[in-house]
Amino acid sequence: MSAVLFFIAAIGAISGAIGVVTLRNPFYSVLALAFHLVSLAALFLLLRAEFVAAGQVVVYAGAVMVLYVFVVAYVGGGEPLASGAVLRVLGPLFAVALAVELSIAMLGSGLKGIKGRGAPFHPGFGTPAHIGRLLLTKYLFPFEAASILLLLAAVGAVVLARRRRGLPGDEEPPLRFRATEPDYTGTMAEAAGVRPTAYDELLHPEAQGAPATDAPEPTHTGGW
Amino acid sequence: MAIGWYLAVSAIIFCIGAGGVMSRRNPLVILLCLELMLNGANLALVAFARMWGGEDGQVFALIVLVVAAAEVTVGLGLIVALYRRRLPIDVDELSELHG
Repeated sequence: MSAVLFFIAAIGAISGAIGVVTLRNPFYSVLALAFHLVSLAALFLLLRAEFVAAGQVVVYAGAVMVLYVFVVAYVGGGEPLASGAVLRVLGPLFAVALAVELSIAMLGSGLKGIKGRGAPFHPGFGTPAHIGRLLLTKYLFPFEAASILLLLAAVGAVVLARRRRGLPGDEEPPLRFRATEPDYTGTMAEAAGVRPTAYDELLHPEAQGAPATDAPEPTHTGGW
Repeated sequence: MAIGWYLAVSAIIFCIGAGGVMSRRNPLVILLCLELMLNGANLALVAFARMWGGEDGQVFALIVLVVAAAEVTVGLGLIVALYRRRLPIDVDELSELHG
Protein backbone atom coordinates (compact mmCIF):
# COMPACT_ATOMS: atom_id res chain seq x y z
CA MET A 1 0.00 0.00 0.00
CA SER A 2 2.68 2.48 0.97
CA ALA A 3 4.63 1.53 -2.17
CA VAL A 4 1.65 2.40 -4.37
CA LEU A 5 1.17 5.68 -2.57
CA PHE A 6 4.86 6.40 -2.85
CA PHE A 7 4.90 5.88 -6.60
CA ILE A 8 1.78 7.96 -7.15
CA ALA A 9 3.19 10.83 -5.07
CA ALA A 10 6.67 10.56 -6.58
CA ILE A 11 5.36 10.59 -10.14
CA GLY A 12 3.16 13.54 -9.27
CA ALA A 13 6.07 15.45 -7.74
CA ILE A 14 8.42 14.77 -10.64
CA SER A 15 5.85 15.54 -13.32
CA GLY A 16 4.94 18.74 -11.51
CA ALA A 17 8.61 19.71 -11.43
CA ILE A 18 8.98 18.99 -15.15
CA GLY A 19 5.88 21.06 -15.78
CA VAL A 20 7.36 24.02 -13.88
CA VAL A 21 10.45 23.96 -16.06
CA THR A 22 8.89 23.25 -19.45
CA LEU A 23 5.60 25.15 -19.49
CA ARG A 24 5.92 28.43 -21.35
CA ASN A 25 3.25 30.41 -19.55
CA PRO A 26 4.42 31.43 -16.03
CA PHE A 27 0.88 31.09 -14.73
CA TYR A 28 0.80 27.41 -15.67
CA SER A 29 4.24 27.02 -14.13
CA VAL A 30 2.85 28.30 -10.84
CA LEU A 31 -0.04 25.85 -11.03
CA ALA A 32 2.37 23.01 -11.76
CA LEU A 33 4.42 24.02 -8.74
CA ALA A 34 1.31 23.92 -6.56
CA PHE A 35 0.60 20.39 -7.80
CA HIS A 36 4.21 19.44 -7.13
CA LEU A 37 4.00 20.81 -3.60
CA VAL A 38 0.88 18.84 -2.76
CA SER A 39 2.48 15.64 -4.07
CA LEU A 40 5.57 16.41 -2.05
CA ALA A 41 3.44 16.85 1.05
CA ALA A 42 2.12 13.33 0.43
CA LEU A 43 5.72 12.09 0.32
CA PHE A 44 6.39 13.86 3.62
CA LEU A 45 3.38 12.14 5.14
CA LEU A 46 4.73 8.79 3.99
CA LEU A 47 7.96 9.69 5.78
CA ARG A 48 6.00 10.38 8.97
CA ALA A 49 6.64 14.09 8.88
CA GLU A 50 3.13 15.29 9.59
CA PHE A 51 4.02 18.77 10.75
CA VAL A 52 6.33 19.46 7.84
CA ALA A 53 3.67 18.24 5.43
CA ALA A 54 1.06 20.48 6.98
CA GLY A 55 3.42 23.43 6.93
CA GLN A 56 4.26 22.69 3.32
CA VAL A 57 0.62 22.73 2.27
CA VAL A 58 -0.37 25.75 4.35
CA VAL A 59 2.67 27.95 3.85
CA TYR A 60 3.76 26.95 0.38
CA ALA A 61 0.78 25.68 -1.53
CA GLY A 62 -1.39 28.21 0.26
CA ALA A 63 0.35 31.49 0.97
CA VAL A 64 3.39 31.54 -1.26
CA MET A 65 1.50 30.30 -4.30
CA VAL A 66 -1.11 33.03 -3.84
CA LEU A 67 1.72 35.55 -3.76
CA TYR A 68 3.08 34.10 -6.97
CA VAL A 69 -0.29 34.17 -8.66
CA PHE A 70 -0.76 37.81 -7.70
CA VAL A 71 2.62 38.80 -9.06
CA VAL A 72 2.08 36.86 -12.29
CA ALA A 73 -1.27 38.57 -12.68
CA TYR A 74 0.28 41.96 -11.96
CA VAL A 75 3.38 41.66 -14.10
CA GLY A 76 1.73 39.56 -16.76
CA GLY A 77 3.33 36.64 -18.45
CA GLY A 78 4.79 38.71 -21.21
CA GLU A 79 5.74 37.03 -24.40
CA PRO A 80 7.18 33.59 -23.80
CA LEU A 81 10.92 33.84 -23.86
CA ALA A 82 12.94 31.28 -25.68
CA SER A 83 16.02 30.36 -23.72
CA GLY A 84 19.40 31.38 -25.01
CA ALA A 85 21.03 29.18 -27.61
CA VAL A 86 23.94 28.12 -25.43
CA LEU A 87 22.00 27.60 -22.24
CA ARG A 88 19.21 25.69 -23.97
CA VAL A 89 21.73 22.91 -24.56
CA LEU A 90 23.93 23.49 -21.56
CA GLY A 91 21.18 23.67 -18.96
CA PRO A 92 19.65 20.22 -19.46
CA LEU A 93 23.13 18.76 -19.96
CA PHE A 94 24.20 20.21 -16.64
CA ALA A 95 21.07 18.85 -15.00
CA VAL A 96 21.65 15.35 -16.35
CA ALA A 97 25.30 15.43 -15.34
CA LEU A 98 24.30 16.54 -11.86
CA ALA A 99 21.74 13.73 -11.66
CA VAL A 100 24.34 11.15 -12.68
CA GLU A 101 26.80 12.49 -10.16
CA LEU A 102 24.22 12.46 -7.39
CA SER A 103 23.21 8.91 -8.23
CA ILE A 104 26.81 7.76 -8.17
CA ALA A 105 27.38 9.50 -4.86
CA MET A 106 24.23 7.98 -3.39
CA LEU A 107 24.77 4.43 -4.63
CA GLY A 108 28.43 4.49 -3.72
CA SER A 109 27.93 5.99 -0.30
CA GLY A 110 27.70 2.60 1.38
CA LEU A 111 25.15 3.86 3.88
CA LYS A 112 23.36 0.82 5.20
CA GLY A 113 20.26 2.78 6.09
CA ILE A 114 19.57 3.68 2.47
CA LYS A 115 18.49 0.13 1.72
CA GLY A 116 16.40 -0.14 4.84
CA ARG A 117 13.03 1.31 5.64
CA GLY A 118 14.30 3.63 8.31
CA ALA A 119 14.44 3.54 12.04
CA PRO A 120 11.66 1.76 13.90
CA PHE A 121 8.64 4.01 14.17
CA HIS A 122 7.69 5.21 17.58
CA PRO A 123 4.37 6.93 18.16
CA GLY A 124 4.43 10.67 18.12
CA PHE A 125 7.28 10.94 15.65
CA GLY A 126 6.96 14.12 13.61
CA THR A 127 3.89 15.43 15.41
CA PRO A 128 3.60 19.14 16.16
CA ALA A 129 4.19 18.45 19.85
CA HIS A 130 7.59 16.90 19.25
CA ILE A 131 8.66 19.42 16.64
CA GLY A 132 7.50 22.30 18.80
CA ARG A 133 9.42 21.02 21.79
CA LEU A 134 12.55 20.74 19.68
CA LEU A 135 12.05 24.21 18.24
CA LEU A 136 11.66 25.80 21.64
CA THR A 137 14.45 23.97 23.41
CA LYS A 138 17.26 22.56 21.34
CA TYR A 139 16.75 24.74 18.27
CA LEU A 140 15.62 27.94 19.94
CA PHE A 141 18.30 30.05 18.34
CA PRO A 142 17.56 28.99 14.74
CA PHE A 143 13.88 29.53 15.51
CA GLU A 144 14.46 33.11 16.63
CA ALA A 145 16.85 33.73 13.78
CA ALA A 146 14.16 32.54 11.37
CA SER A 147 11.66 34.96 12.86
CA ILE A 148 14.11 37.85 12.44
CA LEU A 149 14.76 36.71 8.88
CA LEU A 150 11.05 36.75 8.12
CA LEU A 151 10.71 40.24 9.55
CA LEU A 152 13.64 41.47 7.48
CA ALA A 153 12.21 39.87 4.37
CA ALA A 154 8.84 41.53 4.92
CA VAL A 155 10.44 44.94 5.42
CA GLY A 156 12.70 44.39 2.44
CA ALA A 157 9.82 43.44 0.20
CA VAL A 158 7.89 46.54 1.20
CA VAL A 159 10.92 48.75 0.55
CA LEU A 160 11.59 47.12 -2.80
CA ALA A 161 8.06 47.12 -4.12
CA ARG A 162 6.90 50.54 -2.99
CA ARG A 163 6.95 53.54 -5.29
CA ARG A 164 10.22 55.35 -5.49
CA ARG A 165 9.03 58.73 -4.19
CA GLY A 166 7.51 57.84 -0.88
CA LEU A 167 3.86 57.17 -0.38
CA PRO A 168 1.42 57.23 -3.29
CA GLY A 169 -0.42 60.29 -1.99
CA ASP A 170 2.39 62.81 -2.20
CA GLU A 171 3.99 61.47 -5.30
CA GLU A 172 3.60 64.70 -7.31
CA PRO A 173 3.55 68.17 -5.77
CA PRO A 174 0.31 70.01 -6.48
CA LEU A 175 0.52 71.97 -9.67
CA ARG A 176 0.39 75.73 -9.03
CA PHE A 177 0.28 78.53 -11.50
CA ARG A 178 -0.73 82.14 -11.40
CA ALA A 179 -3.38 83.10 -13.84
CA THR A 180 -3.07 86.57 -15.22
CA GLU A 181 -5.71 88.58 -13.47
CA PRO A 182 -7.83 91.26 -15.05
CA ASP A 183 -6.95 94.87 -14.40
CA TYR A 184 -7.86 96.39 -11.07
CA THR A 185 -8.52 93.02 -9.53
CA GLY A 186 -8.31 93.27 -5.78
CA THR A 187 -8.01 97.06 -5.72
CA MET A 188 -10.09 99.62 -3.87
CA ALA A 189 -11.64 100.76 -7.13
CA GLU A 190 -13.14 97.38 -7.69
CA ALA A 191 -14.40 97.12 -4.15
CA ALA A 192 -16.14 100.48 -4.37
CA GLY A 193 -17.71 99.60 -7.69
CA VAL A 194 -16.20 102.63 -9.32
CA ARG A 195 -14.84 100.86 -12.26
CA PRO A 196 -16.35 97.91 -14.01
CA THR A 197 -14.05 95.00 -13.83
CA ALA A 198 -13.52 92.08 -16.05
CA TYR A 199 -15.46 89.94 -13.63
CA ASP A 200 -18.54 92.12 -14.00
CA GLU A 201 -18.49 91.60 -17.70
CA LEU A 202 -18.20 87.92 -17.21
CA LEU A 203 -20.98 87.72 -14.67
CA HIS A 204 -23.50 90.10 -16.19
CA PRO A 205 -22.88 90.36 -19.88
CA GLU A 206 -26.41 91.58 -20.62
CA ALA A 207 -26.16 94.48 -18.18
CA GLN A 208 -23.14 95.80 -19.94
CA GLY A 209 -24.74 95.46 -23.30
CA ALA A 210 -22.03 93.19 -24.33
CA PRO A 211 -22.88 90.61 -26.92
CA ALA A 212 -23.79 87.35 -25.32
CA THR A 213 -21.02 84.91 -25.69
CA ASP A 214 -21.64 81.29 -26.20
CA ALA A 215 -19.67 80.53 -23.12
CA PRO A 216 -21.61 78.38 -20.68
CA GLU A 217 -23.67 80.19 -18.08
CA PRO A 218 -21.56 80.69 -14.99
CA THR A 219 -23.01 78.72 -12.17
CA HIS A 220 -21.86 81.05 -9.44
CA THR A 221 -23.79 84.23 -10.03
CA GLY A 222 -24.56 85.38 -6.52
CA GLY A 223 -23.18 88.49 -4.98
CA TRP A 224 -21.47 88.49 -1.68
CA MET B 1 9.70 1.85 0.66
CA ALA B 2 13.42 1.99 1.20
CA ILE B 3 14.88 5.36 2.01
CA GLY B 4 16.98 5.24 -1.15
CA TRP B 5 13.88 5.73 -3.29
CA TYR B 6 13.03 8.97 -1.54
CA LEU B 7 16.60 10.15 -1.98
CA ALA B 8 16.41 9.33 -5.68
CA VAL B 9 13.22 11.36 -6.06
CA SER B 10 14.78 14.27 -4.19
CA ALA B 11 17.86 14.13 -6.42
CA ILE B 12 15.69 14.13 -9.56
CA ILE B 13 13.65 17.09 -8.34
CA PHE B 14 16.81 19.00 -7.46
CA CYS B 15 18.32 18.36 -10.88
CA ILE B 16 15.14 19.41 -12.69
CA GLY B 17 15.18 22.63 -10.70
CA ALA B 18 18.85 23.24 -11.45
CA GLY B 19 18.29 22.71 -15.15
CA GLY B 20 15.37 25.11 -15.07
CA VAL B 21 17.41 27.80 -13.30
CA MET B 22 20.03 27.52 -16.01
CA SER B 23 17.79 27.40 -19.05
CA ARG B 24 14.82 29.68 -18.32
CA ARG B 25 14.96 33.44 -18.77
CA ASN B 26 11.87 34.67 -16.95
CA PRO B 27 12.90 35.60 -13.38
CA LEU B 28 9.53 34.43 -12.07
CA VAL B 29 10.14 30.95 -13.43
CA ILE B 30 13.69 31.03 -12.11
CA LEU B 31 12.28 31.68 -8.64
CA LEU B 32 9.92 28.74 -9.10
CA CYS B 33 12.84 26.53 -10.07
CA LEU B 34 14.74 27.67 -6.98
CA GLU B 35 11.73 26.48 -5.01
CA LEU B 36 12.05 23.13 -6.70
CA MET B 37 15.69 22.84 -5.67
CA LEU B 38 14.87 23.77 -2.07
CA ASN B 39 12.06 21.22 -2.06
CA GLY B 40 14.39 18.51 -3.30
CA ALA B 41 16.77 19.31 -0.46
CA ASN B 42 13.85 19.31 1.96
CA LEU B 43 12.76 15.87 0.85
CA ALA B 44 16.28 14.56 1.41
CA LEU B 45 16.36 16.11 4.88
CA VAL B 46 13.06 14.56 5.86
CA ALA B 47 14.10 11.20 4.41
CA PHE B 48 17.27 11.21 6.45
CA ALA B 49 15.32 12.20 9.53
CA ARG B 50 13.16 9.13 8.97
CA MET B 51 16.22 6.99 8.40
CA TRP B 52 17.81 7.93 11.71
CA GLY B 53 14.58 8.19 13.63
CA GLY B 54 15.37 11.72 14.79
CA GLU B 55 13.25 14.79 14.29
CA ASP B 56 16.17 17.17 13.87
CA GLY B 57 16.04 16.82 10.11
CA GLN B 58 12.41 17.86 10.12
CA VAL B 59 13.25 20.96 12.13
CA PHE B 60 15.92 21.73 9.56
CA ALA B 61 13.36 21.28 6.79
CA LEU B 62 11.04 23.74 8.52
CA ILE B 63 13.82 26.30 8.72
CA VAL B 64 14.49 25.77 5.01
CA LEU B 65 10.79 26.41 4.44
CA VAL B 66 11.08 29.73 6.26
CA VAL B 67 14.17 30.73 4.30
CA ALA B 68 12.40 29.85 1.06
CA ALA B 69 9.42 32.00 2.01
CA ALA B 70 11.73 34.93 2.79
CA GLU B 71 13.56 34.46 -0.48
CA VAL B 72 10.30 34.40 -2.42
CA THR B 73 9.12 37.60 -0.77
CA VAL B 74 12.27 39.52 -1.63
CA GLY B 75 12.47 38.02 -5.11
CA LEU B 76 8.89 38.90 -5.96
CA GLY B 77 9.46 42.38 -4.54
CA LEU B 78 12.41 42.75 -6.91
CA ILE B 79 10.31 41.62 -9.85
CA VAL B 80 7.56 44.10 -8.99
CA ALA B 81 10.19 46.85 -8.69
CA LEU B 82 11.56 45.88 -12.11
CA TYR B 83 8.09 46.04 -13.57
CA ARG B 84 7.45 49.45 -12.01
CA ARG B 85 10.58 50.85 -13.60
CA ARG B 86 9.53 49.50 -17.00
CA LEU B 87 12.56 47.26 -17.19
CA PRO B 88 12.29 44.07 -19.23
CA ILE B 89 11.32 40.99 -17.23
CA ASP B 90 14.14 38.97 -18.71
CA VAL B 91 17.36 38.02 -16.96
CA ASP B 92 19.34 38.14 -20.20
CA GLU B 93 18.47 41.80 -20.67
CA LEU B 94 19.15 42.75 -17.08
CA SER B 95 22.91 42.69 -17.29
CA GLU B 96 23.81 46.08 -15.84
CA LEU B 97 25.69 44.49 -12.96
CA HIS B 98 27.77 42.37 -15.28
CA GLY B 99 30.90 44.26 -14.31
